[in-house]
Amino acid sequence: MKIGIQNVTKRFDAFVALDRVNLDIHSGELVALLGPSGSGKTTLLRIMAGLDWPDSGSVWFGGENALALGAAERHVGFVFQHYALFRHMTVFENVAFGLRARPRHQRPSEPAIRKRVGDLLDLVQLSWTAQRYPDQLSGGQRQRIALARALAVEPRVLLLDEPFGALDAKVRKELRRWLRTLHEDIQITSVFVTHDQEEALEVADRVVVLDKGHIIQTGTPQQVHDRPTSSFVHEFIGDSVALPVTVTGGEVRFDGSPIAIDAQGVPDGGATLCARPYDIAIHAGSIAGGLTGEVRRLYGLGALRRAEVALRTASGEHLVEISTPRALPVGVGQIVSLAPQSYRLFPLTAA
Amino acid sequence: MSFNPVIQSQETVDLLATSFAPALVMHRSRRDGRADPLWLQWTLTGVALFFLTIFIVIPLVNVFAQALAKGVAAYVAAISHPDALAAIWLTVVAAVVAVVLNVVFGTITAWAITKYEFRGKSLLISLVDLPFSVSPVISGLVFILLFGAQGYFGPWLQDNDIKIVFAVPGIILATVFVTFPFVARELIPLMREQGIQDEEAALSLGASGLRTFFRVTLPNVKWALLYGVLLTNARAMGEFGAVSVVSGHIRGETNTMPLHIEILYNEYQFMAAFAVASLLAFLALVTLVAKVVLEKRIARTTR
Repeated sequence: MKIGIQNVTKRFDAFVALDRVNLDIHSGELVALLGPSGSGKTTLLRIMAGLDWPDSGSVWFGGENALALGAAERHVGFVFQHYALFRHMTVFENVAFGLRARPRHQRPSEPAIRKRVGDLLDLVQLSWTAQRYPDQLSGGQRQRIALARALAVEPRVLLLDEPFGALDAKVRKELRRWLRTLHEDIQITSVFVTHDQEEALEVADRVVVLDKGHIIQTGTPQQVHDRPTSSFVHEFIGDSVALPVTVTGGEVRFDGSPIAIDAQGVPDGGATLCARPYDIAIHAGSIAGGLTGEVRRLYGLGALRRAEVALRTASGEHLVEISTPRALPVGVGQIVSLAPQSYRLFPLTAA
Repeated sequence: MSFNPVIQSQETVDLLATSFAPALVMHRSRRDGRADPLWLQWTLTGVALFFLTIFIVIPLVNVFAQALAKGVAAYVAAISHPDALAAIWLTVVAAVVAVVLNVVFGTITAWAITKYEFRGKSLLISLVDLPFSVSPVISGLVFILLFGAQGYFGPWLQDNDIKIVFAVPGIILATVFVTFPFVARELIPLMREQGIQDEEAALSLGASGLRTFFRVTLPNVKWALLYGVLLTNARAMGEFGAVSVVSGHIRGETNTMPLHIEILYNEYQFMAAFAVASLLAFLALVTLVAKVVLEKRIARTTR
């Protein structure tokens, strides 16, 4: 099922949660809505589910106007961060709920319900829990049951609101992989909300980055990570070093001193220099055209070494953290030069 | 007996000191700084038990003792007197109506307060508590002022030959009014804690509003609802003040059990008064047991 979101705006009193958002989700796609809290990502998901209503704009499921349908009529599967399993029902009854809720003439027979619930519990690998109650299960198990319950009604779309947000790191990683595999098996159009960039990059076919009610960038995980179109996305996705610079006639300056890098066609004025911590070379001593600073701290275990470098500026200092796979040829307290090898410059926007 | 109370108590202290000294020393040596000393624990527990005995156990036992003072036959005769039976019947009717109405409206109120956002919500929450904060006499007077002969609707009611005050409808109204907060107050905190996610889940699974309410919301709050019913019933059967104002005290017609007890007592029929009172006391005991059971169930559902 293709989902079309056109010009959707949603306000909560004075707060604008979504501002004229447009988004197309293709059939069978697994899309992540990624953004910090307050970016509007959950509101967008709830609008698709019919749990919230936009102030203006339209939502299309295929050729059908979804806003004409209530939540109960949309045939979407919704998975909540805190599972929302019915605590007084067994796991079996939870999964069967949607089937039993159908109008009498569409309701499957009791054996058919038993078969379907059994199949779904097999799919989520929790057949043995059928007669248990939700509070007898772990968080990860509960979330898988919640997913089975959502899938039982054969939804046209699967919507997941921070599905792994309440789980601990290890279970989270397992479930992520498991969701990815599940999606490959059943190919249902799925949208999930997350504030965890690692989760979005690992699981989704396509990532939609939101900030303050706007879609900032959409693309494959590779695209948003490697070719961010704004300093926000650069900083939000992956580790990032950001420096405020000015561009004058193709020359880039940090705190008044020129840096030996290309302006990448950025017009004159303020700009943000963004680089990955591992794309910055570090040299002992002060080098012309480099960023001069003092090493404050060296740390890191395993393959990566990290260095905290304080760049001197007129108004004080600017701390940056860089990392390198090699042993650093410097010590704490030493003066060093940083030279970005690979970086991006983003002009400051009016906002 | 002519012992000196001061010396007596001094002796007691000495006795306590000698007999508990080893225990106290041992206790102190094992002290971890958190526990109160043993003597304090025992004293406080003793004081509490003493007051419970004086103020609750003895009066309660006395109710039953007085009721049966002239034998079982007299007891049965007292509570099967037509006026007593009429009072029991009216009390049961008022309580049942109050329970049913308050379950319906209390649940709706709690639902509206916890599941929807609207202006004036905090005002509604305080209004729910109003019947608890006004004197029952005023609760009764309100209905006299509304429906009495001198009240706003009095003339119209008289013209249409409808009796509310000094009749059964007035008693039921007053009872419903004073018991309104129980159900809503039990449900509001629980429903607020549970949030609306279960309902949203049911809705997105295709369930209708009614199905969601009966299959999801109601089971989630059923023990708290029963608790509210229990308290509503106890208060409805025991209510005196508000009902007394609107009743008119017509024997065999507008007397509830508490009013009937008062009349019997005023007529020096102590045994009969205590006999009817024993029924209310028995209800209180049953309520108490049910309350403990329900509290345990509720604690389990909100875990």
